[in-house]
Amino acid sequence: MDTISITIDNKNFQVEKGTTILDAAKSVGITIPTLCYMHLHDLNTTHNPAGCRICAVEVVGRKNLVPACATECLPGMEIKNQTIRVLNSRKTVLELILSDHPTDCLICAKNGDCDLQSMAQKMGIREIHYKGEQSHYIKDSSPAIKRDMDKCIGCRRCLTMCNEVQTVGALSAINRGFMSVIAPAFQMNLEDSVCTYCGQCVAVCPTAALTEVDHTSLVIRALADSTKTVIVQTAPAVRVALGEEFGLEPGTIVTGKMTAALKDMGFDYVFDTDFAADLTIMEESAELLDRLTRYINGDTTVKLPLLTSCCPAWVNFFEHQFPDMKDIPSTARSPQQMFGAIAKTYFADKLGIKRENMVVVSIMPCLAKKYECSREEFKTNGNPDVDFVLTTRELARLIKQASIDFDSLSPAEFDHPMGESSGAGVIFGTTGGVIEAAVRTAYETFTKQKLDKVDFKQLRGMDWIRESTIDFNGTPIKIGIAHGLGNARKLLQEIREGKSHYHAIEIMACPGGCIGGGGQPLHHGDTSILLARQKALYAEDKMKVIRKSHENPSIQKLYSEFLDKPLSEKSHHLLHTHYFDKSNHIEITKD
Amino acid sequence: MITLCETKVSKIREICKEFNHDKRELINVLHKTQNTLGYLPEEVQGIIAENLNTSLAQVYGVISFYSYFNMTPKGEHPINVCKGTACYVRGAEKIINEFRSILAINLGETSPDEKFSLSSLRCIGACGLAPVALVGDKVYGRVTLDGVNDIIEEYK
Repeated sequence: MDTISITIDNKNFQVEKGTTILDAAKSVGITIPTLCYMHLHDLNTTHNPAGCRICAVEVVGRKNLVPACATECLPGMEIKNQTIRVLNSRKTVLELILSDHPTDCLICAKNGDCDLQSMAQKMGIREIHYKGEQSHYIKDSSPAIKRDMDKCIGCRRCLTMCNEVQTVGALSAINRGFMSVIAPAFQMNLEDSVCTYCGQCVAVCPTAALTEVDHTSLVIRALADSTKTVIVQTAPAVRVALGEEFGLEPGTIVTGKMTAALKDMGFDYVFDTDFAADLTIMEESAELLDRLTRYINGDTTVKLPLLTSCCPAWVNFFEHQFPDMKDIPSTARSPQQMFGAIAKTYFADKLGIKRENMVVVSIMPCLAKKYECSREEFKTNGNPDVDFVLTTRELARLIKQASIDFDSLSPAEFDHPMGESSGAGVIFGTTGGVIEAAVRTAYETFTKQKLDKVDFKQLRGMDWIRESTIDFNGTPIKIGIAHGLGNARKLLQEIREGKSHYHAIEIMACPGGCIGGGGQPLHHGDTSILLARQKALYAEDKMKVIRKSHENPSIQKLYSEFLDKPLSEKSHHLLHTHYFDKSNHIEITKD
Repeated sequence: MITLCETKVSKIREICKEFNHDKRELINVLHKTQNTLGYLPEEVQGIIAENLNTSLAQVYGVISFYSYFNMTPKGEHPINVCKGTACYVRGAEKIINEFRSILAINLGETSPDEKFSLSSLRCIGACGLAPVALVGDKVYGRVTLDGVNDIIEEYK
C-alpha cells in the first residue's frame, strides 16, 4: 500500500494514495460538508459528481477552490477547510441553490428530514442575497412516486440509483442550462415510463423533489367510517426500522410496540404479512418442487430456474425489460396480495361481512407495493384485495399525528388467525430470506426428512450476487440470489443466453432487500443501518418457536378449512397471478 | 403503438453496428442518423436505445441537450440565426422576431408547407459580420430588419 503525507487544517497525517480529500478528512475526524455526494459503503456505490460545490476546500498553491469529494490527495498537499474564503464560498453556493428553491419548508413533505434544510440550518443562512428566476415544472404523480422538480437541486443521486445501481433507466438529465431537469424520456409521466417504483430514487433524494404518494389521510378516513371493518397487515422489514423514526437505534425490534400503536389507532384487526409470507412459501415451494420433479423426470418443457415473485418492483422490471421471460418467475402472488385475497374471502366469510365493507391496509417498506395493490388483476368487481399501502415512514407520521407516545407503549400481540407466523416468514424482509424460507419447506417436502438445522448461513450476507448449492439428501439444488435490479439484470441475461445453471433464484429489487426498501426510514447513505436491520430480522427468526412455514398451525388450518392444498384450484384462483408484456414496442412496418 | 418502416429501421441498425453498438458512441450515432433520416423522432430514438443497449431517457437526454439535434423534420430551407454574443448585441433577437412574423412560425418550428424552419444557434465564428443568419449552408452577414424579407423571397 502506497501512502502519502498530507495536511488538513494544520493536522499532518498519512493516507493511502488515491484517497479523495473528503475521505482523507473523514479518516481523521474532520468533517467537510457535502450535499450532492453519496457513498453507499457496503454496496460499493459512490456518487461524487462534484456538482454542488458545497465541499469546496482550499489547496495551498492552487488558484481555485477544489471539490473535496472528487479531488485526489497528492503528496505534501496542504488543505484548508476552515478559511474565511472556504466558508464564504460554501455559503454563496448554498444561497445560490436556495435562490431557485421553494421556501415552503413548513408544509413540505420532507420538513425535518431534508438535507438541504439541515445544510441551511448548519450554515446559519438567514437571508438569500440572490434573487432570480425560479424553475417551475408540472408536478407528476404516479400510483407510488410524486415528482416535484421545483424542489430538485440537481444532485443527480436519483440518476445513480436509477441508471447505475438499478439499471432501470427511467430518469435522465434533459435540456441544458437553467432549463436542465431530471425527467423520464420526452418528459413523459413516470407512470408511462419504464419506472419500476422501486423507490430508490426517493430513498436518496436530499429534498422533496421525489417523494412517496401519501395515503395517510385515506387511511384516517377509513378508520373513521363505522361501516367499515379495517384490518392491517405489517410487512417483516417494517418492525426492524420503524423505531428509527422515534429515535431508537437502527435494528431495534419494535414488533410489539408497532402492533400496540396500530390497535390504539383503531384498526379492528392487526395482522402480520409474515403469515402471508408463510403462505407464499407453501405455494412457491410447491411450484419449485413441481418444476424440479418434472425436470428430474426428463420433462424438457420445464422452465428453470424458478424466480421468486414477491418483489413488485422486480415484477415491474421484468415485465418492462425482459417480457420474453415472463413465464419463468413463480406465479405465486406476493405476500401482500395473498394476504388481501385471503382477508377478503376466507376472513370476511368468517366475520360474515361483504368484501366491500372491509378495508385492507398494508404497512410496507416499499413504494412499488402502492402500485401493486392498484393492479387490475388484484381486484374483484373493482374492489381491490388491498385498499391502501402505507410506507414505514407514513406509519411513523400517522403515529405522530395520533399523538401516541411510541416509546411508552406496552407491546401487544398480533390478532388471530392471520397474525400467526413462523421465523421463515420474518426473514422475507432481507436479501436471501425468501429463498432460505423456501428451502426450509422444500427440503422437508422433497426429502420427507426433518431438517435438524434450519439456519442456512450460506444464503445470508450482503454481497450483490450470491450462490450456493444445497444438498437435498443427494440431489444438489443450486440457488442464486441477487439484490439490486442491476444485479438481477446480470442473472437474467445469463438465463436469456442459456448459461444459467441455477434451479431457483431469489431477486429483490432494493439493495439489502426490503430492509433497504424505498419506503423505509431514510438511511442518508449510512448502510451500516441496513446491516443492523438485517441482523434484527435474523434475531427475530431465532426467537420464534416455529421456524418453518409449513408448521404454522394457522396456515395448516387455512388449507384444511379453505384452500385444500398448495396449487389447488382455489389456490390458483386466489394466490397465483400472471404477468404482462409492458415493453414499449415499436412496430416495424413494410415500406 | 408507434410505427417505423423497415428501411429506416435497417438504416439505424447499420449505423449502430458501424459504431459497434457502443453506447459511448451515442453522439456519433445520433449525428449520422440525423444526417441520414433528417431528424430524430421518438421511434427513431427507441430503435437507437435498443441497439446501443442504453435507455430511452438517456438518448433523449443527449438529444435535448444539444440544439443541433432535432426531433421534428426541418424545412427544405432551414434558417438559423446566430445568437452568439456579437450577433446578440447587434440585434439578433429582432432579426429572429422578423423571421417569426414573416414566416408565422416560432423558433424550432417548420412552416406548414415544409419549405422553411427556424432555429437559432451559438456563434458560427463570423462575428465580424454580425448579426448573421444561415439558410442551409449559405451565410448572410450584416442582416438588417428590412433584409429579412429579401432573404426569404430568394427561396420562395
